[in-house]
Amino acid sequence: MKKRSVRVAFASIAALSLLVAACGGSDDAADEVADETTEETTDESAETCTTPTPVKLQLQWFIQAQFAGYFAAQDQGFYTDQCLDVTIVEGGVDITPQTELATGNVDFAISWVSKALASREAGADIVNIAQVFQRSGTLQVSFKDKNITKPEDFKGKNIGNWGFGNEFEIFAALTKAGLDPASDVTLVQQQFDMVGLLTGDIDAAEAMTYNEYAMVLEAVNPATGELYTADDFNVISYEDAGVGMLQDAIWASGERLVSDAAYADTAARFVAASLQGWAYCRDNVEACRDIVLAKGSKLGASHQLWQMNEVNKLVWPAAGGVGFIDDAAWNRTASLSQETKNLEGGTVLTAAPDAEAYTNDIVTEALDILAGLGVDTNGSSYAPIEVTLNEGGN
Amino acid sequence: MTSLLRRAAYRTFMFVAALALVVVIWEVYKAFGPVDGGKLFGARVLPRTSDYAMPHVADMFSRFNRPEVRGSDRTVFSAVLAGAWFSFRLSVVGFVIGGTLGIALAVLMARFRWVQRGVLPYLVVSQTVPLIALAPLVVSWGGKVEIGPFVWPRWLSAAVLGAFLAFFPIAVGTLRGLAAASASSVELMQSYAASWTKTLFKLRFPTAVPYMTPAFRLGASASVIGVVVAEISTGLKGGIGRLIIEYAREATGDPAKVYTAIFGAAALGLTMAGVVIAADVFVMRNRPKENIL
Repeated sequence: MKKRSVRVAFASIAALSLLVAACGGSDDAADEVADETTEETTDESAETCTTPTPVKLQLQWFIQAQFAGYFAAQDQGFYTDQCLDVTIVEGGVDITPQTELATGNVDFAISWVSKALASREAGADIVNIAQVFQRSGTLQVSFKDKNITKPEDFKGKNIGNWGFGNEFEIFAALTKAGLDPASDVTLVQQQFDMVGLLTGDIDAAEAMTYNEYAMVLEAVNPATGELYTADDFNVISYEDAGVGMLQDAIWASGERLVSDAAYADTAARFVAASLQGWAYCRDNVEACRDIVLAKGSKLGASHQLWQMNEVNKLVWPAAGGVGFIDDAAWNRTASLSQETKNLEGGTVLTAAPDAEAYTNDIVTEALDILAGLGVDTNGSSYAPIEVTLNEGGN
Repeated sequence: MTSLLRRAAYRTFMFVAALALVVVIWEVYKAFGPVDGGKLFGARVLPRTSDYAMPHVADMFSRFNRPEVRGSDRTVFSAVLAGAWFSFRLSVVGFVIGGTLGIALAVLMARFRWVQRGVLPYLVVSQTVPLIALAPLVVSWGGKVEIGPFVWPRWLSAAVLGAFLAFFPIAVGTLRGLAAASASSVELMQSYAASWTKTLFKLRFPTAVPYMTPAFRLGASASVIGVVVAEISTGLKGGIGRLIIEYAREATGDPAKVYTAIFGAAALGLTMAGVVIAADVFVMRNRPKENIL
């Protein structure tokens, strides 16, 4: 009898492994996850391009219109035209794009400049090759009755922030306003949502123009039964407050740029196709919203359209050409990163970033490619559209 | 048979009654509790009752019927179901990896005392490493694994993290079970000149079964937790963990929606435990009742 139960125990383990082999280990699961959205090769590229170069791009977060340009480049075949086979890897709560890039898991990564510079100072050999977002989209949002209209008003208030390097502009604004982050304000860790602001736990909440600010405008005001409107809030823009730091940029491996000519060439073609995607999204806001939604974003359609429009405002117009790294903006980000004191009294950067931390060589080459294709890379006539948000972003 | 049926009916009733009680307590507190919660010496001791903090139970369930994003045919229910099924498969993979590893380690530790001395403390230490610290590392290592045609898929990282939590109770429980054979039985085997392997399969494993079944139950739920946390941490697409964050982001406009994903995660854990308990009952069916721990 004892012998039997042993045999049964082993049989059930064997059965479980079979079950796994049947469902868990099958290839379709792998396909679902890898998100390997390889676009079909078009005819005109087939003559010059026999084997597309595989490229992996690491995003900072889940699929949303913040990354629309890359998805548009994939969807519209701009990457294929440049003989690239691009896999876009989504981010996650604990995924650091700079680390993924530095360890060689991906070929390129999207990251905010201040965060990436901190990683570079810590030893990650990563280089900014294209500054996609020319301006900062960070806001501090508060209800009108709190009377918070400038960073000086933060004194004595509960200031929400996300941490993980997303809070540098808040500290910069506090420093500039002569406030001590450790004693003059109460810093509150913020969730992914804006509930803290609406319930009053947070007096002024950190928000991106293209995401969290839209979330509060999609929520119902219990007092009126209608959606909140922009009139209900005071909004401080860190860009306008003079402490805006450069955000989404394309980062590449510094070591490979130097040692691997093929990689540098791939980088130029990748940047060109990506920027072409951003130009496409400037001119086709709704089409790009649909591309992002089709990729499986869970945020609703009006939210994504809002996000696409706000992101376009951060990218366009681009006086020096889209993606070109402006010395003045770069230096401002770098010096703010060195001057801004955090809670512990340290700074984001201890020394000025070295000259190799960014290069305009790649983006210049990319802009040449785009000029040859007749793409408008300045967007000097760019005008944002008007977006109406629906409840819950739907 | 009738008594079995009656017992099953009684259990189902108690399960439903317990759930109903939770719903009633929730709604009663929401109706009569302080809107802004209760504070004691500045610390909140009672939760708020606003719709943001405590949506109505009916609202939570009504979300299941809505389309996930407007204009799509897919309801939240089918999205949650698909997510739970995906995570379930990963949990099973994690459980099987963890179980195999746990039993192998237990046998090694039972066979060689020096292995036990050397390895056991590290097993305990391993469980103190926070999963969220480990998750990005495993993803990063996994990204480098490419053996011939085998490319490490991203979902395997989540399954491995499930296995990481699951193997520990299984290894410890099995080890204890393997050592539980009475001295007289072991001496009897020795008097037959039975080899160590023979003793292992004929005596030690059968004796260990009552110790292993509760360990497997723990391992199964640990595997689910590992997979869900890994999904949240690494943003793995397709599972219930990812849905929880995605829906949580919408809490500003729709606080009830995230509960659908949480219910999905709870159902997933219950299903996993149910599968293992069913296997337990089957394995243990010929044992006298008092042997069941």
